Amino acid sequence: MVRARLQQWVIPMAVVAAWELLSMRPGTHVIPSPLAVAKAMLTLTADGTLLKHIIASLFRVTWGFALAAMVAVPCGLLLAWFRLPRLATMPLVTLLRPISPLAWIPLSTIWFGIGDASAVFLIFVTCAPTLLMFAMSAAGSVRQIEIRAARNFGLSGLELVRRVVLPAASPQLLSGVRVTLGMAWIVLVAAEMISVNSGLGFLILDARNAGNRMDAVLAAMITIGLIGLAVDRLMHRVERSDFVRWAPAGAR
Amino acid sequence: MTAAKVSIRGLAAAFEGKQVLDDINLEVYAGEFLCIVGPSGCGKSTLLNVVGGFLPAEAGSVTIDGEPVRGPDPRRIFVFQESSVFPWLTVERNIGFGLTHLAPAEREARVHHYVKLVGLAGFEKAFPHELSGGMKQRCEVARALAVNPDILYMDEPFGALDFITRMVMRTELLRIWHQERKTVLFVTHDIDEAVQLADRVLVLSARPARIRNVFEIAIPHPRDVNAPEYLDVRTRIMDELGVAHRL
Repeated sequence: MVRARLQQWVIPMAVVAAWELLSMRPGTHVIPSPLAVAKAMLTLTADGTLLKHIIASLFRVTWGFALAAMVAVPCGLLLAWFRLPRLATMPLVTLLRPISPLAWIPLSTIWFGIGDASAVFLIFVTCAPTLLMFAMSAAGSVRQIEIRAARNFGLSGLELVRRVVLPAASPQLLSGVRVTLGMAWIVLVAAEMISVNSGLGFLILDARNAGNRMDAVLAAMITIGLIGLAVDRLMHRVERSDFVRWAPAGAR
Repeated sequence: MTAAKVSIRGLAAAFEGKQVLDDINLEVYAGEFLCIVGPSGCGKSTLLNVVGGFLPAEAGSVTIDGEPVRGPDPRRIFVFQESSVFPWLTVERNIGFGLTHLAPAEREARVHHYVKLVGLAGFEKAFPHELSGGMKQRCEVARALAVNPDILYMDEPFGALDFITRMVMRTELLRIWHQERKTVLFVTHDIDEAVQLADRVLVLSARPARIRNVFEIAIPHPRDVNAPEYLDVRTRIMDELGVAHRL
């Protein structure tokens, strides 16, 4: 156990060491030293800049994701149930899915201008189609026998959805949430470089424009990585919590 | 005998375009334990599903207490072979699933009663994946009984269990049936199971299923599986089904 823990750190330590060596080469501008990055991180934290940008980024991801979930999850469940609307909408969804969310930037700027709404919209178009697919497959995986049993006990309509379909679909839905949040976080940085003037993506661009401050660029990149990691870990926790720990291992 | 609980008249049904049931006429009496046997794929389950309101009838009628069956009804609960207990709920929450209309105290009392009745005391907080196959079926039976139905529809409920567990479950079911006196319609492909449990055994023909014969089993419980009268009925049912006695 302890050995495994130590081994986990071997590669990162080696990378930092190599990074340090690389940055020490005289006359190089390739990369600032780890120490300089740490310093930049401290300064950015101390004056509140980093926190401000983190909050701006999290705000957009939360809204974009929440709106996507509110639209895509109910739609996904409905489409899984009803064949005709499914046949009617699937070509559109499958056509939209492979389009990079970044391709929406010109349209979102025209529609929403520069600001939060534009970034939130980009997160929405990132999350919604994928969440829809996950919700559909989650609803499709609900065992017929469970629906039958619930109907036998007199359940129908929304009560059936709330007490049987949603809980039965929750392990797959949560996997969808985890995957989608990861995608949203990736797209966010790009969105913030173009359509807003705050957030971690903006910070990266701003640090470069303000005199090639590569130490601040790297500090922002590392922060993005750490937050992404934290969100993923959190979702893993949720997936193992009481809420869904009944699920067979394969469905997690 | 008492009045008919379930009346089936001239019932025909089709499944995926094929005629499955043909002219079924049957009365099931209140409190009766009726087993339905027949060749594999003959339509035993279809019959149960039509009576239970999950499949439509093509012709004829099914009435329960004089009312035509229009769909599934909480007064009549199905128990399936492949466990339908909800895996996201604990044993006690599964058993209380159909009791949400009751006050919490009453619900708890009922759940407690049925947990004990089916022998799951100590497992109230367990999730189904922590239970054996037999325990899951106990949970399913308790969930069904908790809503106090008039009729239990059991579709090969012990078919997926191993031999010993199956024997134990039969004894348990009889014990519960003696206490609760529900009407039971029980589909099985196991002739021994039918003869051990039933008041009457309905023998269906191959598809499209008609009633070949109905055997009354007047042997009091507990039944001795080596007694001559037990073996006699068993033999007659095997003959009716055309099953060989020597292998």
